[in-house]
Amino acid sequence: MTDTSLSGKARRDFIKAALATGGVLTLAPGLMLLTTGAGGEAAAADGKPAVDPKKRWGMLIDTTKCTDDCDKCVSACKEENGWQAEDGSLTDVQWIRKVNVKDPATGFAMSLPVMCQHCANPPCVDVCPTGASMQRVDGIVRVDMHICIGCRYCMMACPYKARSFVHEDIPEERKKPHAPMGKGCVTSCDMCAHRVDVGQIPACVEACDKGAMMFGDLNDPNAGISKRLAEIPTYEIRADLGLDLGVRYTRLP
Amino acid sequence: MKAGLKTVMLALAVMAAPALAGDVAPKVPIDRSKGECVLPGPEMRRQHMELLKHRRDATMYDGVRGGKVAFAACLNCHAVKGDDGKPVTVKSPQHFCRVCHDYTAVKVDCWSCHVSVPRDGAGKQALRPPHRGATDFAALKKYLKEGRK
Repeated sequence: MTDTSLSGKARRDFIKAALATGGVLTLAPGLMLLTTGAGGEAAAADGKPAVDPKKRWGMLIDTTKCTDDCDKCVSACKEENGWQAEDGSLTDVQWIRKVNVKDPATGFAMSLPVMCQHCANPPCVDVCPTGASMQRVDGIVRVDMHICIGCRYCMMACPYKARSFVHEDIPEERKKPHAPMGKGCVTSCDMCAHRVDVGQIPACVEACDKGAMMFGDLNDPNAGISKRLAEIPTYEIRADLGLDLGVRYTRLP
Repeated sequence: MKAGLKTVMLALAVMAAPALAGDVAPKVPIDRSKGECVLPGPEMRRQHMELLKHRRDATMYDGVRGGKVAFAACLNCHAVKGDDGKPVTVKSPQHFCRVCHDYTAVKVDCWSCHVSVPRDGAGKQALRPPHRGATDFAALKKYLKEGRK
């Protein structure tokens, strides 16, 4: 902040008012303040906080459009976040997986992507002994790997098998600057927090060319995702657990 | 006599100290053509770990990305090129972190997860979002309102 005519409390109130309205504000000629208002403006990678407690990021997955031969969301996530998993491995890192289900009674089959469901009441956060398993104020649940001791309690607690343990060193060429992970820590989908923070949508949603995935702010009644949620019936996986999930599906087996 | 000896010793010490430090203590390589560091050298020496730790929590909890005090920005200015002309990874003793950390026998754990060389675009994170498709705030706003058509 350079020379503005406002000072002290007047200036703070002014900025507060500006933040309340949201949008871009000119403080002085050539000096702009970009805020993350409820209108959906997003912050840039400018060294300023991007997490907004008024938001709750979530996803809507239209399982009627998802097909069992497509795994674009999974490959996009692997590419974006630098993990890989062998087919059928129970121990490799996985942030998102395709699940194919079939009702043996009727033969009805469907396919759906399953990743961290970003619970409002996450059991993985409850059980973490160090506070590494955490929830951002905008609803994104993730692991702070700086303080994760690799006890894997969260993996046991998660009803969705969303978390995995990194058993081996990640080779230098596969490491991503924006999604660091390494041996001895638990890791999971963070709804591409590094992209969301700079105003982009998660890699899986961007990659889905069937329009089966939708991302947005569940707290904003004018957001596309909220309108869609109000229009059609949607479901949570294991809704009986009462975890209030951030990821909802249009149809479940 | 005693005072005289003391003076001589002190003078010797004053003369010797900078020479000694210059010869033995390592210097962190920096490309000054990319600008000055976020803090002057002596302060950086004492406080870089505090800066990194503060920033780490700011990113994890508040989503602070980019800016001058960013991990990627450190790599951008401090990268050392090896014989093949590419920046060396932390496996090489020439890596800017190892230059001092080997000398002081301090083992850091950063590089088991973080990339130790600058990546295309990552250093420019400070200026603009680096990933696929430049961010168009108007487009994102439209997407968030209406969804994908």
